[in-house]
Amino acid sequence: MADATVGLAKPKLDLAALAPLALIASVIAILATAPLWAGRADLRMLMEALSFLALAQMWNLLAGYTGLISVGQQAYVGLGGYLFFALAMFMGIPVLWAIPLAAAAAAVLAIPVGWLAFRLKGAYFAIGTWVIAEVFRLLAAQFPALGGGSGISLPVALAKSVAETRSGSEMVMYYIALAIALASVAGVWLLLRSRWGLALTAIRDSEPAAASLGVDVRRVKFMVYIGTAAGTALTGAFIFLQKLRITPEAAFSVTEWSAFVIFIVVIGGLGTIEGPILGVILFFALRDLAADWGTWYLMGLGAIAISVMLVDRRGIWGALRARGVPEIFSTRRVLK
Amino acid sequence: MDLLNLLIQGTLLGGLYALFAAGLALMFGVMRFINIAHGDFIVVAAYLLLVAVLTLGLHPLVGIVLVTVLMGAIGYLGQRVLLNRVLDDDILPPVLVTFGLSIILQNALMEGFSADSQRVPAGSFDTASIALGPDIAIGLLPLAMFLAAIGVLGVLHYVFFHTHLGRLLRATADDAEIVPLMGASNAHTFALATAIASAVVAIAGTMLAMKTNFDPTIGPSRLLFAFEAVIIGGLGNIWGVLAGGIILGVAQAIGAQIDAGFQILAGHIAFLVVLALRPRGLFAKS
Repeated sequence: MADATVGLAKPKLDLAALAPLALIASVIAILATAPLWAGRADLRMLMEALSFLALAQMWNLLAGYTGLISVGQQAYVGLGGYLFFALAMFMGIPVLWAIPLAAAAAAVLAIPVGWLAFRLKGAYFAIGTWVIAEVFRLLAAQFPALGGGSGISLPVALAKSVAETRSGSEMVMYYIALAIALASVAGVWLLLRSRWGLALTAIRDSEPAAASLGVDVRRVKFMVYIGTAAGTALTGAFIFLQKLRITPEAAFSVTEWSAFVIFIVVIGGLGTIEGPILGVILFFALRDLAADWGTWYLMGLGAIAISVMLVDRRGIWGALRARGVPEIFSTRRVLK
Repeated sequence: MDLLNLLIQGTLLGGLYALFAAGLALMFGVMRFINIAHGDFIVVAAYLLLVAVLTLGLHPLVGIVLVTVLMGAIGYLGQRVLLNRVLDDDILPPVLVTFGLSIILQNALMEGFSADSQRVPAGSFDTASIALGPDIAIGLLPLAMFLAAIGVLGVLHYVFFHTHLGRLLRATADDAEIVPLMGASNAHTFALATAIASAVVAIAGTMLAMKTNFDPTIGPSRLLFAFEAVIIGGLGNIWGVLAGGIILGVAQAIGAQIDAGFQILAGHIAFLVVLALRPRGLFAKS
């Protein structure tokens, strides 16, 4: 009798498990063929959205799982951008190699920076990281070789080294953006399903409980801080390759790389992989509709973020989950 | 002589930074809560004084009193209506709500007053100074502000340690869960703390308005100065905040002397050095 029940239930279970994978695969397929169906403007917007998705996943991993609320991740966007420019322009490193190298260099810098920032706790950590980002912004303006306060453009020869033609280069750029975004989602997902993920989930739910079970909370948090710094810098390097120009104000912008990214994560749903994806879609849809409203659009964005905290701080995805919508990126562990 | 001059100018600037910091420290002390929009509230106070003096034609001193009362009332209501609803063990909601407020305030000021740089004239005070020697002169306005800052910190000290309200605030800072058992309401106490902090913010903002040019975007950097002064001085110490403000002011004055681009950077570096060597601040109460 028991055998029969299991036998009956099995196909249904497999279908439920396959549906999210089918959804993920079809979204990837649609995105991967975008250069075939999207116009130039749409492709540019997709590139930007994919960059924001990567930044949002990194911030989500940091804040949603380790509870480290940083208002200073623009430090790593800017560092990634500036290190990329320096590596490509002064050390003659091929453009496509300079992007991951810039991320690695930023991760090395994140070690002493993290050591300093970790001396502050909670809300103080948030503002401390912001001060550190400001230090990098002011320092960037002090390097005449990198254009000082007025910034610098990537030499045409370097920009052209990506591909001969304009459409060829846009294609390469698009696939870099797609690769970075997919890597950020897959990376966070795989991390959460690994042994580390178990520790992270335990820390998210209760730090004292995690510590009492033998999780080295400080070490896990520090490693995640370094990892997200690398991912953020990787994205930053790409963003400024695509923009072809970097200035201290743009590279270390708190509004662009912290406020927008935080709003995306929180509106979508903190501490879930789906949340930042949903948040990015909403953010870009809203921007498309309301970008002409200028300051009113930004005020509206601030008001939405406040409303999410007042109405349901789990964000839109969290609220949907609570109403029975099944998760797409399963990270749950079921006792067997 | 030059160094002495730098020390004096930096110290006078430090008084203003101590006022920036006092409001922030007070709210953190009582509610374990950092207001990301702190700097933007300072700028709002500056604009309110601008309206009072230039639009309504009031005397600056009357304007300061009016703005202080108004901001105190706004602080009380804001805490009761909005911020109390997001205060608990989770630090994200208050950070996010005040981050949202910061964006809203900056853009609302931009909409109302444009991005133009403004300043409130302080009459003959603007240029008057006392000569202390052949090379050194102290501006009357910075001196008056420094003395006012010490006065405000003195009042805060008195309120905190010699009044019923102060006892309530200190008890809430020690253990906010126990205080309601003695018959006090946390919602009311928190709102009173925010009202006091907002009044201090108002005084700081009105001084800023008379001292330097301001525009809607300068709030965040004032938040960072306030934060740095708090951390340098050490938590839980009103006079430590003054010391932190002065150290920050002197560091910025020395930085500005080296290169105009180093002014703010030098202040940040002083903060990072203290953070590296004495993470609990120089004058923390153990």
